[in-house]
Amino acid sequence: MYTTDLRTKEQKQKDQREAIAQVGEDDIAFQARIDDDQFIEPKDYMPEAYRKTLIRQIAQHAHSEIVGMLPEGNWVTRAPSLRRKLILIAKIQDEAGHGLYLYSAAETLGVSRDDLVQQLHEGKAKYSTIFNYPSLNWADIGAIGWLVDGAAITNQIPLCRTSYGPYARAMVRVCKEESFHQRQGYELMMAMAKGSEAQKQMAQDALNRWWWPSLMMFGPPDEESTHTAQSMAWKIKRFTNDELRQRFIDATIPQAEALGLTVPDPDLKWNEERGHYDYGDIDWDEFWSVVRGDGICARDRIQARVKAYDDGAWVREAAEAYAAKQQQSAEVA
Amino acid sequence: MATKENTPNAALLDYVLGVADDSLVLGQRVSEWLGHAPAMELDIACSNLALDLIGQAQLYYEYAAELDGQGKDADDLAYHRDAHEFRNHLLVEQTNGDFGKTVMRHYLFTLFSKMRAEGLAKSSDEKVAAIALKSVRELEYHLRFSSDWLRRLALGTDEGNRRVKEGLEDLWAFTFEMFKDVEAEESLYEAGVVPRPSSLKDAWNEQVAALLEEIAVAPSARKAAPTKGRVAGHHTEHLGHLLAELQFLQRAYPGLSW
Ligand SMILES: [Fe+2]
Ligand SMILES: [Fe+2]
Repeated sequence: MYTTDLRTKEQKQKDQREAIAQVGEDDIAFQARIDDDQFIEPKDYMPEAYRKTLIRQIAQHAHSEIVGMLPEGNWVTRAPSLRRKLILIAKIQDEAGHGLYLYSAAETLGVSRDDLVQQLHEGKAKYSTIFNYPSLNWADIGAIGWLVDGAAITNQIPLCRTSYGPYARAMVRVCKEESFHQRQGYELMMAMAKGSEAQKQMAQDALNRWWWPSLMMFGPPDEESTHTAQSMAWKIKRFTNDELRQRFIDATIPQAEALGLTVPDPDLKWNEERGHYDYGDIDWDEFWSVVRGDGICARDRIQARVKAYDDGAWVREAAEAYAAKQQQSAEVA
Repeated sequence: MATKENTPNAALLDYVLGVADDSLVLGQRVSEWLGHAPAMELDIACSNLALDLIGQAQLYYEYAAELDGQGKDADDLAYHRDAHEFRNHLLVEQTNGDFGKTVMRHYLFTLFSKMRAEGLAKSSDEKVAAIALKSVRELEYHLRFSSDWLRRLALGTDEGNRRVKEGLEDLWAFTFEMFKDVEAEESLYEAGVVPRPSSLKDAWNEQVAALLEEIAVAPSARKAAPTKGRVAGHHTEHLGHLLAELQFLQRAYPGLSW
């Protein structure tokens, strides 16, 4: 997920030890407010570990929005109709807006966007593993909207009630736009799936490649997810990875059937007793290899962002210098 | 189209296609910045510019398809004509270069296209007038955006000034084409359907000169290149590549809906 905890086990344990070491009276009052479903606002007291966890989560979410522009931008100039081109540009514009909005939410916690971006560029910050997969044919744009935005919504709708006010409010707006993206992506898939043989093949190929990575977006299985308890208590996270993954699968399978496409999982079947779909084993080795930075597009993605930033340095400098000169002459006048 | 070359409708069709091609090609160029702009705020701004331009292109193509009367739609016209059939001005197909060149291209062209749209908004052809009127407000924003950025860049730092000047030098030779009257369009000028290009020249030159002076950038001494230009289908080498990308799917898999 955009927000899935991608720290190593060791880092998580260290963070947790630090958190436990510092419980005081304020922390008890803080937890009581959260238990009472109150929002925590920027000026309110919050434990350092809560602040740290939120910064990591929101920054990772923001980075995901920004890096996520790249696989989609890859098809803007090749979109096959004017209508599709307009829809895709508008979607990418929304994602840039989400990124900005989330960096602002992170800034309320006392970090700067520049520092967060720097961390991304230096490979010190994570973003969703999904964006290290390539977009290879036009149906990928549909699959990304349908599955990736779909998975993001599944994760983010509960975050609209997350305990930190600015983050929760950002999520309300973001979720509205993501669900729009999801519908448009599905509509594109439908056009392809009901189209010519070649188009159907593109759609199936896209589903084959994006299905498993989409399931991985929800993060490691619950038994391996050591931080979940603390994040749940803080209401930074409201459902476990496996709960959300199951919810996504249950909602998505009927949609895939309506498209007439085959989900690439031979073990997938409805379980009457559980009232859920059973699904096959996820390749967690692949997941962790992408987390480590071995994804096929990992280096391309960061290099593209670094290049944009470095090539644009003179533009930002000139704009700042101009603004300073304007202010100076306003003061003189 | 060849059979009715001399009817007023054919002249108008060619003209409307030219306006549509301008918008599409410039919109395509601007969209190349998405995900790669100098600041995230500029990714958003470039999306806005591209959305406006491609939206305008769509409206003009739809009307062109109607004038053409052969059952084509906007996408047929955008995706199934080759470079020599494109009637966009050579200025808009020039590569993005750095952000200074992009902004200079946008300013030089928008100042012209806004004047053109204001003229078209008074057209005796109601459909052209309606589309143009809608576009004028969008182009006012484009003009503000591009001139504000030229000020920031050229007056902000020496490097900004140098790069803006570079952009001007790269592009200036392509500005002359915008004010060349076209013989085949004479009937349209006469009937007040479209503004005469040469009639926009002085006002354009005045405004450009004033802005260049304000931002301390010396005018370019470059002259127009000896080419017949867009009317003859003579473009720069850049358009073919732009179209190869833009049209790839429609060309590889013709006749499908997407
Ligand atoms: Fe988003
Ligand atoms: Fe989205």
